[in-house]
Amino acid sequence: MGNENKPMKLAYYPGCTLKNQATNFDVSTVSSMAKLDVEVEELDRWNCCGTVHALDSDNVMNRVAPITNMIRVKEAQAKTEGMASEFMTSCAMCYNTLKRANIDVKQRADALETINNLLYLEKTKYEGDVEVLHLLEYLRDRVGFDNLAKKVTKPLKGLRVASYYGCLLVRPKEVAFDDVENPMVMENLIRALGATPVEFSHKTECCGAYQTVDKPEVIADRTDKIMGAASEEQADMVVVSCPLCAFNLDYRQDDAKRLNPDFQNMPVLYFTQLMALAFGCDESALRFDLQHIDPLPALKARGLA
Amino acid sequence: MDTTLRITSARAGSSFVANIEKVSGQKLLACYQCGKCSAGCPMAAHMDVLPNQMIRMAQLGMQEQLLATRSIWMCVSCLTCNSRCPKGIKIAEVIEALRKAALNTGQRNDHLHVMELSAEARAVLPPIAMIGAMRKLTS
Repeated sequence: MGNENKPMKLAYYPGCTLKNQATNFDVSTVSSMAKLDVEVEELDRWNCCGTVHALDSDNVMNRVAPITNMIRVKEAQAKTEGMASEFMTSCAMCYNTLKRANIDVKQRADALETINNLLYLEKTKYEGDVEVLHLLEYLRDRVGFDNLAKKVTKPLKGLRVASYYGCLLVRPKEVAFDDVENPMVMENLIRALGATPVEFSHKTECCGAYQTVDKPEVIADRTDKIMGAASEEQADMVVVSCPLCAFNLDYRQDDAKRLNPDFQNMPVLYFTQLMALAFGCDESALRFDLQHIDPLPALKARGLA
Repeated sequence: MDTTLRITSARAGSSFVANIEKVSGQKLLACYQCGKCSAGCPMAAHMDVLPNQMIRMAQLGMQEQLLATRSIWMCVSCLTCNSRCPKGIKIAEVIEALRKAALNTGQRNDHLHVMELSAEARAVLPPIAMIGAMRKLTS
């Protein structure tokens, strides 16, 4: 943590879904960071992260959108005192795509030069000098979970939480900031908030991603298996860091129930909502009304709502 | 699907095989068919041909059969196969190259039809789902 009197300033990239269906992820991110004395500043004129990282070898065009955001970070840094050449995003998909594009252009000078040439109207050139951080990584490495625990005013005592990482925080290895097969950063956060992390066999199993658009029956199967594994551990809820995982695991529970009548509904929250709750933020920072499966009964059962 | 195949050096050495290797950046012959990719694939249950079989078919230059599979459209690039392959092959990159071969033929070959989605689906789906699907499934 920085100087006690001077809040740290951190550039923030929300991404499209946090400004649409997942505003609960956005407001809970900003509110909980304020409680940690980190001043989060949304980037001016941020654009699409690129959504899915293109895996083919001829892919320079697909890097233009993510790299434009690096230029926005440099612009923000140039006019803000106390801001480092880095930015944070809480969306796992944005993190993955931005981080991979950044690693890629740092390794390929020719690709970076092509992108800078394509972006010739920009006053600032990108030189591979911006770092992409995921919020969980920032909390662990910069804030520290011990410091974070001191800000908890409402310990989430007795709450059993399954941490779901999905794909984008752990694969490929180059972007992972934790173990690829058995990450623990979210469990450690949950423990710092006073809750109980449960074992979760499906924590890095893919939710089916964008197949949800036209094949909900496929997602129903994934959701049934993933949420079923959390039920087996008697979890009260699952926490996520990706708005697409959140949609599939939360909204598609109706489809999972049609597929498997024994399916047990379970709330799905963003990890930032759990933080905001433990920091004593009010409903405007939690926005549980946007959850498909209402988390209030589970929280009430533990005396937390 | 008919899997009968006459293996000829002409087929295995075809421009299709060379193209898939170039676009994916992978050496197909490195695969020794251990099956670990298919064992961990979360989409395997919804595929007609398993990931290790896709690699084998690509090695053998089975262009028509491969590009007609449901499997190449089911893979969502979760990269579980890549992270577990003992030979370091990026299977997801190979499948991406197969999708590109099917999509970039000069004619539209969309495997997602946005206008056929219900109004409800279009209202509730998060933008990352829509954009991700369009990027992976449309020409």
